[in-house]
Amino acid sequence: MPDLRLSARLRAAADSDLWYSFRTSPVTIVSALTTLVLVAAALAAPVIAPHNPFDLASLNIMNAGLPPVWDAGGEAAFPLGTDDQGRDVLSAILYGARISLLVGFASVVFSVVLGVGLGLVSGYVGGRVDAVIMRIADVQLSFPAILIALLIDGVARGLLPHDMHGEVALYVLVFAIGISGWVQYARTVRGAAMVESRKEYVQAARIIGIGPMTILWRHILPNVMGPVLVIATIHLAIAIITEATLSFLGVGVPPTTPSLGTLIRIGNDYLFSGEWWITIFPGIVLVLLVLSVNLLGDWLRDALNPKLR
Amino acid sequence: MTLTSKLLRSAAAVALAAAVGAGAVAAEAATLRWSYQGDATTMDPHGLNETFTLGFQGNIYEPLVGYDKDLKLTPMLAERWENPEPNKWVFHLRKDVTFHNGNPFTADDVIFSWQRSLTEGSDMKGYGAKAEAVNKIDDHTVEVVTKSPNPILPREWVFLYMMDKEWSEANNTTEATNVKGSNQGNHANLHANGTGPFMLAERQPDVKTTLKRFADYWDKGIATNVTDVVFTPVTQPATRVAALLSGEMDVIQPVPVQDWDRLEKAPGVKPLTGAEARSIFIGMDQDRDELKYSSVKGKNPFKDARVREAVVRAVDVKAIDEKIMRGAAEPLGSLLAGPINGFDASFGTPYEPDPEKSKKLLAEAGYPNGFTVTLDCPNDRYVNDEKVCQAVAGMLARVGIKVDLLAQTKGKYFGKVLAQAGYDTSMYLLGWTPSSIDAHNSLLNLAACRNKDTQAGLFNLGGYCNPKVDELTHKVGSETDQAKRNAMIKEAFEIVRDDYGYLPLHAQPLSWGVREGVEVVQRADDVLDLRSAVVK
Amino acid sequence: MPTFILKRLLQSVLVILTVALIAFSLFRYVGDPINAMVGQDTTLAQREELKERLGLNDPFIVQYARFVVNAAQGEFGMSYRHRRPVSELLAERLPATLELSIVSMVLALALGVPMGVYTALKRNGVLAKTFMTVSLVGVSLPTFLIGILLILVFGVWLRWLPTFGRGAVVDLGWWTTGLLTKSGLQALILPAITLALFQMTLIMRLVRSEMLEVLRTDFIKFARARGLPDRLVNFRHALKNTLVPVITITGLQLGSIIAFAIITESVFQWPGMGLLFIQAISTVDIPVMAAYLCLIAFFFVIINLVVDLLYFAVDPRLRVGRALG
Repeated sequence: MPDLRLSARLRAAADSDLWYSFRTSPVTIVSALTTLVLVAAALAAPVIAPHNPFDLASLNIMNAGLPPVWDAGGEAAFPLGTDDQGRDVLSAILYGARISLLVGFASVVFSVVLGVGLGLVSGYVGGRVDAVIMRIADVQLSFPAILIALLIDGVARGLLPHDMHGEVALYVLVFAIGISGWVQYARTVRGAAMVESRKEYVQAARIIGIGPMTILWRHILPNVMGPVLVIATIHLAIAIITEATLSFLGVGVPPTTPSLGTLIRIGNDYLFSGEWWITIFPGIVLVLLVLSVNLLGDWLRDALNPKLR
Repeated sequence: MTLTSKLLRSAAAVALAAAVGAGAVAAEAATLRWSYQGDATTMDPHGLNETFTLGFQGNIYEPLVGYDKDLKLTPMLAERWENPEPNKWVFHLRKDVTFHNGNPFTADDVIFSWQRSLTEGSDMKGYGAKAEAVNKIDDHTVEVVTKSPNPILPREWVFLYMMDKEWSEANNTTEATNVKGSNQGNHANLHANGTGPFMLAERQPDVKTTLKRFADYWDKGIATNVTDVVFTPVTQPATRVAALLSGEMDVIQPVPVQDWDRLEKAPGVKPLTGAEARSIFIGMDQDRDELKYSSVKGKNPFKDARVREAVVRAVDVKAIDEKIMRGAAEPLGSLLAGPINGFDASFGTPYEPDPEKSKKLLAEAGYPNGFTVTLDCPNDRYVNDEKVCQAVAGMLARVGIKVDLLAQTKGKYFGKVLAQAGYDTSMYLLGWTPSSIDAHNSLLNLAACRNKDTQAGLFNLGGYCNPKVDELTHKVGSETDQAKRNAMIKEAFEIVRDDYGYLPLHAQPLSWGVREGVEVVQRADDVLDLRSAVVK
Repeated sequence: MPTFILKRLLQSVLVILTVALIAFSLFRYVGDPINAMVGQDTTLAQREELKERLGLNDPFIVQYARFVVNAAQGEFGMSYRHRRPVSELLAERLPATLELSIVSMVLALALGVPMGVYTALKRNGVLAKTFMTVSLVGVSLPTFLIGILLILVFGVWLRWLPTFGRGAVVDLGWWTTGLLTKSGLQALILPAITLALFQMTLIMRLVRSEMLEVLRTDFIKFARARGLPDRLVNFRHALKNTLVPVITITGLQLGSIIAFAIITESVFQWPGMGLLFIQAISTVDIPVMAAYLCLIAFFFVIINLVVDLLYFAVDPRLRVGRALG
């Protein structure tokens, strides 16, 4: 049974090679720990954050601009200081990381589903369908993500009623960032699907009447999951940065529910006035997050690429 | 030769040397490097009725009557003017004025400029239309006939600049720059020939504009020693401030208010501040029977004065000034800022904040749990506009009014809330500078009932309406007795206040940054008049 | 081959038309251009009249058709804000953007390729690992923050480099260049670094992984076995074979650089097309926005085409592949 073979293979890989290369790379261990801590902190934000920065009623503007607790004038209630609205920077970072990760993960999932789906179809069916999909991919690949996101954001905001903006901004971002990333997956998967579909066992499966969906799902997909995972990890880092960049162009999440990028953008206004903590702390967290995710991606790529061993 | 004569002679030589030296200093090139957050949109004096554009052009072109540093009227190309009949103004023109190309300035140029202001592409039609006819009495006297008595015509024409008829005809630019059609006839968009102290040397829109001193300028008494001006728009506030701090700029405007401290501490630069003529306020839709963007259905809570009072009492205007504006703004209790004609000291007292009373009022009005409403806000128009809106939203949230903040660029914001879009808002933040620096303009645009035919209340986006205010506005428009007029202005604004018609926030601060050794006069309309600029 | 080019050209036209359509449907939502074109004293009637004059009241499809017909003749209309032909504006701003983009690309290649080769050859070396990690920091910060930090350090604190603009520019008639003056070159440094950082990391990683692939192929092993010196093997044989994908990606990334220049240009007030576009968004200058997007789409299509043709020329296997497919 192919299923058994697959799971056995996966287990074997997890038991030996992957785990071994993980164990022996201190950088990877540190990045994995950092990622884990940040993700956990973001997930647990409602529990561990001292304040709820999204609840406007809890903000007191008289607390605005307080420095971190170790600076003169800092208050224990706001360990990393407060921003221009009196928002606790630590809580804002925790909640902001939540939003950034949410946007990142969701758009990657969106890209993967779209890209893998189209790639499988393209590679398996071939012919005209393949040509059309790959042509679109070419165009899309050369069209930069931020421009696509700008366009989509503009259209979506125009089409949706104004009072839905708050809730919808996130979905729009996910869609915009996700749609600009599917091509890489599609190309990778297409190549593998093409190779696999010509192999004898697939031909045989086809002859005995197994439907194309089953073949794609059972035989081809597992073969491409390695590279897809690698791309997805690096893509997650790019998605988080893209969200931050878009917030600079004014199409990010609203400032009342800031992401890490929005926090940095807001903090930018205070770089010269000496309130460095409003930018620097979210900046550090963003760098840590993106860096460790990228390093994990690096490791994963090298570890899953048997040629490099 | 005697000793005395020797001494005398050497003394004379020293004096001569000193004189020559002084002359050399005066003729020495002094360059002013200047930056604003945007560019003057056009060099065409009839192209756009916007303060910065017109203020910039005011260094190249000149009106008949202009503003001095305190926004008081001062003779420019007209030496004097009089109002012999109610419908007639006579302007006596200076005789020694030449344009930059050497052409003399005469009555024909005045008539031409007025006619040009009424052509299709002009945005100054409103000003031109104040006159029915402009007639030449002689080469240096013109008579302006108005449709109805107009006691403030010279003030209304402060930004109507004079162009050279001959130059305009020679360059095929006798009509105002038009966005429609081909680029033919838009010579004045990129070129200029005025009577002002500076000539346009190079124009690269949005990139760089350089001006050169005009040697034959008629007024030898202006303070400036500047011979060259390099103007560069810098959009990002941080980049603009960095350019000043690094010594690459002499004057920048505006400076973010939170950076004032930094400029004060940094060596070689300082902030230059004052009260601007612009007031910032929050308006509420009191016109619709059901709010467009609210959780309340079937009725409009803002029609209830108690709810409006609850809003007003929930917001601590002084705290916003202190924290968001860093104490740079003047808190206000009315729609009129300090430098405006008709301002009364009482207007500077904000409503007393009282969140407890707000909650009580909301409960009385039938909203014990508050309600939800969307606040429209620009994020690139006024000083810290989005931050002010956030602070207001926070304060309202604490009494139970949950605010969805919709902060957008000015293009989207104005495209939504203004009359053309049918006042598509339930609550909004707006700023207003009356273009005539007179209270009547504010009353007419912001406080009078909306009236499509008379254009009254055009910017009264929330549809506040009280017939008594309407009546007073009308009276203020024609009253010539200043004391009576001011009393009526005060009465009108007090009614608006008692109605809780608006939530006034503050007068926006003027906020420039200058290099030490540079002296400029900061006008309350945010205009930099280069006639005052001295560079050491 | 000619049919291939023709087919690709036709597809390209389709792409540009699509971009124009998307761009156009977007413009109805970016705001009302009239407010940016008139002062507050302008009456409602005058505003309506201006709208009518600009044809903004026409049905969407009419406006789109008019735009396409004009654009086909290279005519993009008049900018609402500048009141000048858009083609003239773009031509003025194009040199600044292209110079910045190309210099950034060269910078990214000049640093990225050697670093990539090094990290591939010394895969487990400390320095190589440091390169790999440190280069990631550059892509872990949003571009705008990198720009501001560079301005703060090199412009304000050290005062070594200008904080904004393009410096003195030499006018060559049809082109303006900042590469011939000292201030022009100085002004170029910070924006070019900001823009190049991301690409440099990308290229370095690409070269590294391609090198690693090539290094383990048989012909390299064979070359080594023949006793050829390492240097010759590494650079003559291995690097040469990694360059095809590097050239491809570089070409494709040029488009992305031009687009990312939007952010770099607005941080450094660099007077290029990106800045023009950003300002057009804030003033709802529809003709400028439309023309910019179409021009960018045009660039991409051309770059794609050139890259494809290069591939064709460089890699004979592809020709066979096409013939079979």
